[in-house]
Amino acid sequence: MLPHLEAAHTLARWLMRDSGAAEEVLQDSMVRALTYFGSFKGINPRGWLLQIVRNAAYSSMKLNRGIELVPIGSNEEAGTDTIADLPSGDDDPETSLIKSRDRCYIRRLLAALPVDLRETLVLRELEELTYKEIAEVTRTPIGTVMSRLWRARQMLVRAVNEQRQKP
Amino acid sequence: MNMREEMSPAGRCEMVLLVQAEFDRELDAAQAANLQAHRTLCRDCQAAERELTQAHSLVHEELYHSMPDAMRQRIVARLDADQPGPVIRPAEGWTRRPATPAALSRFRSWRQSIIGFSLGAACAAAAIFLVLNPAEQSLTEQLVAGHVRALQPGHLEDVASTDQHTVKPWFDGRIDFAPPVKDLGAAGFPLTGGRLDYIAGRPVAALIYQHDKHIINMFVWPTAGSVVPTLQSAERNGYNVVHWSESGMQFWVVSDVEHSQLSNFAQDWQRSP
Repeated sequence: MLPHLEAAHTLARWLMRDSGAAEEVLQDSMVRALTYFGSFKGINPRGWLLQIVRNAAYSSMKLNRGIELVPIGSNEEAGTDTIADLPSGDDDPETSLIKSRDRCYIRRLLAALPVDLRETLVLRELEELTYKEIAEVTRTPIGTVMSRLWRARQMLVRAVNEQRQKP
Repeated sequence: MNMREEMSPAGRCEMVLLVQAEFDRELDAAQAANLQAHRTLCRDCQAAERELTQAHSLVHEELYHSMPDAMRQRIVARLDADQPGPVIRPAEGWTRRPATPAALSRFRSWRQSIIGFSLGAACAAAAIFLVLNPAEQSLTEQLVAGHVRALQPGHLEDVASTDQHTVKPWFDGRIDFAPPVKDLGAAGFPLTGGRLDYIAGRPVAALIYQHDKHIINMFVWPTAGSVVPTLQSAERNGYNVVHWSESGMQFWVVSDVEHSQLSNFAQDWQRSP
């Protein structure tokens, strides 16, 4: 299971939208995965682990109903990834400022997506799961996976394009 | 796949979800060809393609939350609970370290306290123990296990490409170093792809090469220890392992090809620009 820890973390992080909550979900998931590893007979351990992570995240959100609705401030988002936000040497200060602002904005947009769209997008774009695998992890028909993915991408692109048109 | 279900997003050509499916590499050649014929005439679908490309470039780097090292350590530590053996350092890991009686008794008490006594559960615990206690496994065994695991159907490659310029960037943002990627096709060892693996307590890059019908896995990660300019080799369960390090990276090559051929591969790699 350890090779898939990084993937599990990414999903937990985007579902919970908070580093601490993601860690709890991840701890819980890994312990569950180990306990049931002996009974796992499938051929796709990554999908199986992601499914466990998703279940754990959803139970955690249910338990903490209300708490999950607190949006993550952009400061937290920016602060946790200082390296990613360092300006790269190729850009002049203005370009890198715009880039860094864009990045914050896109992260907030993603965090604000409804959870079913968000998880589908994360599983596709980042984990690069196939539609079939996403359908299995989220227990959703493939048609729904496709339309969720479409809606998630549309919301993102429209919001970014509107933002960029503002002076 | 039922493509017709929940199609036709409001106000758009009903084919846009197929455009998306092609974008996500879900269509076979015939479906893609049909779509192509339609798309040359359909503005909606042309616009959809541009939006998909834009969405992809927007999220590609933004979605990635690298896992903090401290968090990884806490999680692995908790899973390893009561197993405070040192994380294997590659330099020491070369020789097999037998499990100490203390470790075994810790294992037994851990197993019994958590899972109970039934045979099935004990088997499960043993499997977990092997997966999760790399400190009890020598590095050679981990590498061979990684190689064997990769040979299971669907586990070999996360990115399948014979182009080093496709494989190398694939690792960007997935691990905290940039592994050197070379194609040794001219020397009879064509590159076929790469994937992430987990060795010696850390994520590592695995490059996959082919030699005749044999698969060669090359594990690469930064080295903390001394440089090993000459090749070292070992053999475990019929698999050959060859190791060296250069330019701050350590290389571990595992395959079932003969030792002499694996050494040739290593030398070709070192000589290749």
